[in-house]
Amino acid sequence: MSVEKPPVVKGSTAKGIARFGGNRAAALVPQARLAGPMPWVMAIMIALTVIAAAGGMALTNLTRGAQGELSGAVTVQILAAQPQEKARQADMAEKALAELPQVTGLRIVPQSELDELLEPWLGKSSTGDLAVPIPALIDVQLRGSASEGQLAELRAALTSVAPDARVDAQSGWLQPVFGAIEALQWLALALVAMLATISAAAVWLAARSALGSNRDTIEIVHLLGGTDAQIARIFQRSIGFDAAAGGAVGLAIGMVALSVLGSRFAALGSGLMANGGLRPLDWLVIAAIPFVGVAIAMLTARLTALAALRRML
Amino acid sequence: MIERARDIVTFDNVGLRYGTDREVLSDVSFTLHPGSFYFLTGASGAGKTSLLKLLYLAQRPSRGVIRLFGTDTVTLPRKRLPAFRRRLGVVFQDFRLVPHLSAYDNVALPLRVSGVREGDIAKPVNDMLEWVGLSHRREARPATLSGGERQRVAIARAVIGRPDMLLADEPTGNVDPEMALKLLRLFEALNRLGTTVVVATHDVHLLRKVSGSMIMRLDKGRLSDPTGALRYPPRRENAG
Ligand SMILES: Nc1ncnc2c1ncn2[C@@H]1O[C@H](COP(=O)(O)OP(=O)(O)O)[C@@H](O)[C@H]1O
Ligand SMILES: [Mg+2]
Repeated sequence: MSVEKPPVVKGSTAKGIARFGGNRAAALVPQARLAGPMPWVMAIMIALTVIAAAGGMALTNLTRGAQGELSGAVTVQILAAQPQEKARQADMAEKALAELPQVTGLRIVPQSELDELLEPWLGKSSTGDLAVPIPALIDVQLRGSASEGQLAELRAALTSVAPDARVDAQSGWLQPVFGAIEALQWLALALVAMLATISAAAVWLAARSALGSNRDTIEIVHLLGGTDAQIARIFQRSIGFDAAAGGAVGLAIGMVALSVLGSRFAALGSGLMANGGLRPLDWLVIAAIPFVGVAIAMLTARLTALAALRRML
Repeated sequence: MIERARDIVTFDNVGLRYGTDREVLSDVSFTLHPGSFYFLTGASGAGKTSLLKLLYLAQRPSRGVIRLFGTDTVTLPRKRLPAFRRRLGVVFQDFRLVPHLSAYDNVALPLRVSGVREGDIAKPVNDMLEWVGLSHRREARPATLSGGERQRVAIARAVIGRPDMLLADEPTGNVDPEMALKLLRLFEALNRLGTTVVVATHDVHLLRKVSGSMIMRLDKGRLSDPTGALRYPPRRENAG
């Protein structure tokens, strides 16, 4: 050991410009990466969030599509018992409706179609001569949606020519279904919010335990003149790395679940379900979920580290 | 005022208590001058470590004024303290090396913290390790080093940033007398380059080993001034 002259470190006390970051800084936190529960917690959270969010968005598309189609649809029933009278009123009603400017589409549902519709309930012979009186049906498509005002106008136009007409908006029939779907949408939103909260809580615990087991190191860096921001950045980075790995796995799991669910629903082939798919923008939202998760994780880690550091002078 | 600006440290009626206990430091007043070599002595429990903690900004006093490099650090906002800590080199009583970093990375830590570029780090760190005779232990973790080797890594880390003031807490406590003397020579060499040195020790035999050094003695938290150097220091023959 030579004691004669200590090496001169030129200018090293001057404030440097290099950022204390990257692998050099991360090495201060020896925690083996991906070893803890953090990435797995994150993966499960992200997968569940992806599924809940996709479900919510699919329901939104479904109701929006169905409501769009149905909102302008109006059914006019001619309830006259006497067949000739019924046919006469239906004809008159059709002509009267055709003259209204807000009507964009108009169709008398043919008897054969009605028979088909009713056959399961009334049997083949029912539409014969004796049988239950079946109303004549006219499908009307309005410009815009079928508001109460619009319906009242239709009724007014029909009272003189077809006194036995009854005017209903088609969406009215489905209102309870839309109500139920809306409840499911809120549920999906609540699930996403709760999952985000739990994820943040899990990260907070992980960050705290990482801080606890590295308390000595933090204190050393602190006493060597490390700033809070420098030290927080180390934890932020380490936890961000874990969260990113977990987020990627979670997204993959969620996508697999979605494609399985998607193919099952597609197999239903129902007209209503056809509207329930996800649009490109929805896929973007789903792809963004892991990024939001990583951002929450890093922010939580940062705030946790800063709070612990503030307790040191 | 001009005289004050040249003081590297001023304590004025400083008291320190931990929690609600009695004061462990009472009415401590002194000034330290740039480029001087001080021993801080006193029995175990006299308050040496506590006084050093005030100096290296790990602790705020309960009362009194502390000026470091001309700035009142007691009222300084927390976020301005790191800049002051970077001007200090500290050899902690328990070394405080980062256990999972090599000797090299431990010594490099202050440079990295203060933002020295990676390319500018290798040479000074290697030179410093050579200076303390540990070039061959560069990659060793602290756990595999002997007590004396750890002490030298801690010293290398304390001086690598060319601090304005070096604070060493019982730096010879874990080594044999021969090594203790070698370590003192390291501090003297650094002191000759202009660094103010404060060495806390309960080993009175060390005191006469550094010529021109001044002594601060703590007794149950009160400072006495056996060499009369603290308030009206005599000029040292070899001081600039
Ligand atoms: N963190 C602490 N909390 C409470 N009391 C402390 C703390 N550190 C030191 N003390 C007490 O302060 C007194 C001085 O301790 P210290 O400064 O370590 O003395 P020395 O370094 O001279 O041995 C002792 O009585 C010790 O018990
Ligand atoms: Mg002590």
